[in-house]
Amino acid sequence: MQRRNFIKALLAASALLLVPIRSLAASWNASAFQAIKLQEALAALQISNLSSSSDIQVTGPDKAENGAVVQIEVTSQIPKTESISIFVENNPTALIANFVFSEATLPSIVTRIKMAETSDVLAIIKAGNHYFSSKKRIEVLENGCG
Amino acid sequence: MGVVKMADNIRMRAQLKGEITEVKLLMTHPMETGRRKNDSGDVIPANFIQTVTAMLNGKVLLQAEWGTGISKNPYLTFRMRGAKVGDVVRIDWTDNQGKTGVGEISVTLG
Repeated sequence: MQRRNFIKALLAASALLLVPIRSLAASWNASAFQAIKLQEALAALQISNLSSSSDIQVTGPDKAENGAVVQIEVTSQIPKTESISIFVENNPTALIANFVFSEATLPSIVTRIKMAETSDVLAIIKAGNHYFSSKKRIEVLENGCG
Repeated sequence: MGVVKMADNIRMRAQLKGEITEVKLLMTHPMETGRRKNDSGDVIPANFIQTVTAMLNGKVLLQAEWGTGISKNPYLTFRMRGAKVGDVVRIDWTDNQGKTGVGEISVTLG
């Protein structure tokens, strides 16, 4: 009886374990992420007709002591913002990340990035068929890209 | 290709503040670029999270693609409307070596 209860408990516990949903994995744009130069990464993402906008805020430290961990925030006030892409022009590969938002999710993220050297951090947002950008210069005192 | 248990790799919090729920994530992952060398001069293979999906009660909130420029032990904050206390936020990630991670947390009052 005890053994049966134990097995029951074990089965109940295993049912609670989370199993990854493999089909969820979003596609990963290899050519964009492997591009060394910013222009190549933009081309791989089919970003063109870029206009700068003061309705996007890129915030972070003016000076980063350690380039391995630089916390930044990107927020867009542009209506119908669909995605935010983050680039560091002077990194070994320029594209850092691409975030695609559903309607309920606010177009704003905080994350931590690596910076090899002093560079602009460029944020590009997509709204409809338009691309808008904003950037912030961050001075890096110690290479964080290894 | 193993499944990493949530407790090992994602620390999560989802707090409702007014109409907005703020989700904070801290994942455990080396995020190796493939450019670093170990003490014997061998290149440490690239090992980094490539895709992240966040869902609320099974509906996609956010999809992210990451490169090697996201810091070790990735950190992410995002915010959403329309969530209620008790709703479940789920995170799935996949890295370049095919490993996956998953975590779930219920929305609490902030």
